[in-house]
Amino acid sequence: MFKRVSAISIIALLAACSTSGEKQPEAPVSENQGRPPMTTAEVAPKPPPVDTGRISTVTPPQVDELTTGVLAKRSIYFDLDSYEVKPEYRALVEAHASFLRKNPSRKVVVEGNTDERGSREYNLSLGQKRAEAVKKMLVLLGVPESQLEAVSFGEEKPKAQGKDEAAYAENRRGDLSYRAQ
Amino acid sequence: MKRLLCLLALLSWWLAVPAAAQMTIDVSGAGARQYPIAITNFPGEAALPESLTQIVRADLERSGLFRVIDTAGISPVPTELAQVRFAEWAAKSADYLAIGVVVPATDGRLTVRVRLVDVVKQAELASFAFTMAPALTRVTAHRTADEIYAKITGEKGFFNTKIAYVKKAGTRFDLIVADYDGQNEQSALTSREPIISPEWSPDGSRLVYVSFENRKPQIWVHEIYTSKRTLVGNFRGSNSAPAWSPDGRELAVVLTLSGASQIYTLPATGGEPRRLTSSPGIDTEPVYSPDGGTIYFTSDRGGGPQIYRMPAGGGEARRVTFKGAYNVSPKVSPDGKTLAYVTRNGGLFQIAILDLATGQERTLTDTVKDESPSFAPNGKLILYATEIGGKGVLAAVSTDGRVKQRLSVSAADAREPAWGPFTK
Repeated sequence: MFKRVSAISIIALLAACSTSGEKQPEAPVSENQGRPPMTTAEVAPKPPPVDTGRISTVTPPQVDELTTGVLAKRSIYFDLDSYEVKPEYRALVEAHASFLRKNPSRKVVVEGNTDERGSREYNLSLGQKRAEAVKKMLVLLGVPESQLEAVSFGEEKPKAQGKDEAAYAENRRGDLSYRAQ
Repeated sequence: MKRLLCLLALLSWWLAVPAAAQMTIDVSGAGARQYPIAITNFPGEAALPESLTQIVRADLERSGLFRVIDTAGISPVPTELAQVRFAEWAAKSADYLAIGVVVPATDGRLTVRVRLVDVVKQAELASFAFTMAPALTRVTAHRTADEIYAKITGEKGFFNTKIAYVKKAGTRFDLIVADYDGQNEQSALTSREPIISPEWSPDGSRLVYVSFENRKPQIWVHEIYTSKRTLVGNFRGSNSAPAWSPDGRELAVVLTLSGASQIYTLPATGGEPRRLTSSPGIDTEPVYSPDGGTIYFTSDRGGGPQIYRMPAGGGEARRVTFKGAYNVSPKVSPDGKTLAYVTRNGGLFQIAILDLATGQERTLTDTVKDESPSFAPNGKLILYATEIGGKGVLAAVSTDGRVKQRLSVSAADAREPAWGPFTK
């Protein structure tokens, strides 16, 4: 009986929590943001009145730049025991720097990661070093510090779960994570 | 605020539900000297929910310092000194004998009366009694083992202490608080995001740890018996590697306010950080000496990570470890004389100790992915995390390297152990 009551109360509790009206400050930015809504049930628009004496600007369809081209790439990989951004990632970082300069309201968190070998806390500091390297490059490219934060996940959130060199290489990484505006 | 209340409600619910998986323990090796002791069954203990004397035997055996002798064939079982036939016990090579009885007390409680006998000298070493509710059988058994251990070895027993560790099952992380033997396991916090680096406050009422629940490492102080949590480390960048000052008032922490990981102190109740180190590289894993005067920490200022020490208020750092290219995660023994840490030997990560007076270093373990050493409060054992068969397990090794034990949690990874202080 107690178990049942507690199961019900926990469900109610979870429901209460999920209906919280507070803004979730850490909610990820929707990848679809800015795209025109697509509906199939719209009333057909009236044909434009024939008036040759006026010119109007048509609003272009909006596409989130972050989901296309080089800006869709968010990961910078590092060599073993290395904390330098490799030249092949320069274009990627430059593209994000340019986007951030043009969009001063956007904020990005650089998340550093390491492979699982060694001390968790020391790895957290090594991941921070990777995140800082990317952040520093963004600052040098003119992005204000206020738009940037470098944090580390260390070895705690591995993208690849394996215990071989391929998995370790996948986890030596900095990710650019755009957060809610 | 509502979210906070919900979180607290969830936490207290989880705390009330004991986690199902419990640890199993393997002991191997033996102490340099083992005291042979016989412990009779105590008449009357059948009234208890579990065998008190069996818990006492297991405790003493697990310490590595005792050899428990079978009492089969002894009849009648003595409960008073006058009933002990010493020749019988000498024939079993028992140097020590514990006898006792469990009798009803008032209010449904029971009294456990114990006599510890020196068989060689044919004399009583100690006698003591505890009155308890039957539900406290394990605690009383651990206290009994503590008394026997202290009387015979001259050291304080650690059988009535707690450990904390992190259990990972799938994508679920639990911050577990359990008895030192892994029993009575309870979850103080459940999260979908990693939890690392738990450390006990000196009074044993709070844990400080790093949680990634808000998509970055933050430091929380958690009162485990009330579920009250305080976010004390939520500065820009990463917040990690907390350590309690011996008076429980301050935390040494690692922040990245200047970019690199550097050591700061914070009031344990939260507040403004004060910077202690200024190096261009990484300074992390601070830990106070028991007298509070020194902080040991890991730094890569000399190239690879090595352990250094500095005055607890900050100041000039001196290197402590010199052997090998990777020495991390320092912990100081309760007497302040020994440092335990993780050293890399070739590709193996193992627990080593260093005598701070002589600089003598020694690798203690033969496991290969060791992390997070933590001293028992009497300094005789080191609890640590390692990996066996791809699974995270907790293990312990005696500081003389002779006794090794493994504590594995079924169907989950166990990691990040921290041994709590003596219970007041």
